[in-house]
Amino acid sequence: MKKLINKPDDVIREQLEGMQAAHADLLKVNYEPFYITRAGGPVKGKVALVSGGGSGHEPMHGGFVGHGMLHAACPGEVFTSPTPDQMHEAAKAADGGAGVLNIVKNYTGDVMNFEMAAELAMADGIKVQNIVIDDDIAVKDSLYTAGRRGVGSTVLIEKICGAASEKGYDLEKLSALCRTLNQNGRSMGMALTSCITPGNGEPSFEIGDDEMEIGIGIHGEPGIKRDKIKSVDEITEMMTVSIIEDKPYTRKLKEWDFGKNEWVERELTDEPLKKGDKVIAFVNSMGGTPVSELYGVYRKMAQITDKFGLKIVRNLIGPYITSLEMQGCSITLMKVDDEMIKLWDAPVYTPGLKWGK
Amino acid sequence: MLKKDHVLSWINRCYEVLEENRQYLTKLDTAIGDADHGNNMHRGFKKVHIQFETLQDKDIGAILKSVAMTLISSVGGASGPLYGTFFLQMGTKAGSKEELSPKEVAQIWRAGLEGVKMRGKAEPGDKTMVDVLTPVVESLERDVEAGKSLVEAIDQAVEAAEKGVQDTIPLIARKGRASYLGERSKGHQDPGATSSKLILQALRDSLS
Repeated sequence: MKKLINKPDDVIREQLEGMQAAHADLLKVNYEPFYITRAGGPVKGKVALVSGGGSGHEPMHGGFVGHGMLHAACPGEVFTSPTPDQMHEAAKAADGGAGVLNIVKNYTGDVMNFEMAAELAMADGIKVQNIVIDDDIAVKDSLYTAGRRGVGSTVLIEKICGAASEKGYDLEKLSALCRTLNQNGRSMGMALTSCITPGNGEPSFEIGDDEMEIGIGIHGEPGIKRDKIKSVDEITEMMTVSIIEDKPYTRKLKEWDFGKNEWVERELTDEPLKKGDKVIAFVNSMGGTPVSELYGVYRKMAQITDKFGLKIVRNLIGPYITSLEMQGCSITLMKVDDEMIKLWDAPVYTPGLKWGK
Repeated sequence: MLKKDHVLSWINRCYEVLEENRQYLTKLDTAIGDADHGNNMHRGFKKVHIQFETLQDKDIGAILKSVAMTLISSVGGASGPLYGTFFLQMGTKAGSKEELSPKEVAQIWRAGLEGVKMRGKAEPGDKTMVDVLTPVVESLERDVEAGKSLVEAIDQAVEAAEKGVQDTIPLIARKGRASYLGERSKGHQDPGATSSKLILQALRDSLS
């Protein structure tokens, strides 16, 4: 294992100390337990947007704390969900009196820990909703698996919902927007190489020098197939066409029912993209792939979306939801309306995303 | 009878067993999960071990609940809420007792199992810790009903756990991260089922 680290056990704390030193104007790191809030404290009267997940995906989520995006983030151990006490403390620290929306990526651990955290915060009298993000189309069925994973859409959703919170959306309206954006977004990833978590020192999965994995998850979860490496055009076409031609997807996701005062399962069906749809296109690096290669992907992707009659109205290109040093990329296409585009364009000022201010 | 001192030595033995098996569990998890199960369980029980002195004055219910809260706040992943809920439900069922009859031991394991099923929504056959905990609880209930001693009942339960672990090998995972492998999860032993067996073995060790 070759990494710029000291002791593996100290990696999370030391990297957070670095973030604090670099971005003291934007954020404040709490160490016992770990969570990151905005430097200015809670924003009065606005819904607090909180997210979190395993570390190793930087800049997500800690790098998205700041004006126009998240109010707090909870980093777990590398590739391991954070714990309910962290999320509970983060919710208390971020709540400005208008409630908390937890953005939860669909992984078994994340979902269970955020549920327990929401229960703890509600016991304190804080109004909390959890919206689960599941946009990874490489997972076909939800009946015999834990369902589609939360990947690229998460970044776009945190930006758009962050702007909506600044604009004064209440918890119900913000939750509805978050749910719709999740249903509007579809992603697929691929990997050329594996990655090594500091705690293990060994590759998370084995992949041959001449192989690639199509449909990989952000922790190296297996995808659709293992194949011999192909050209960027062929890989991009395979991914983009799969996203565009993805069939309607139905599954049940848990949300809190404020009337019944319990978790309820809500059945949701995502409709496929269609000709004339406006989309935000997001080409993301898994960490080890250079931005130059992402432009190679973007070139082919834009040709294909054009052929299908999709209109790319905005784009994002770069490493935003990564898997340590893994080489590979993901593509996300998210259908948006004019209000969502306005929210996308609204000012954002975080370590990971900055514009318009 | 399962005395409070047995419970304390069980909790301590859990830490030792998970330290011994840290690499082994992580290796099992590398094959079909995300290669962190051994590290996560070890981190949780190490925290329990560090706080061990604070458990001494508590009753059985309070000891188990305290272990639960430490696991919930330190393990992370899916195992944190699942094992946290397991010990929490056990502790709630045990209440403020200082010793448990064999029948009560079976009852607290039943409560733990039901908690895990409620939190994780897994059923037997999904290739999870439920595939070990279910036969363990059924074996305990059968044996204490038949009037066997606690040690005999737990010996039988350890055998049931061993078989439960082996039986996960041909299964296709339907819950958790291994479920994404589909058919490719066949032929691998489930790490969560394995750690459940280790925790039962630790209980057996604490009675010798």
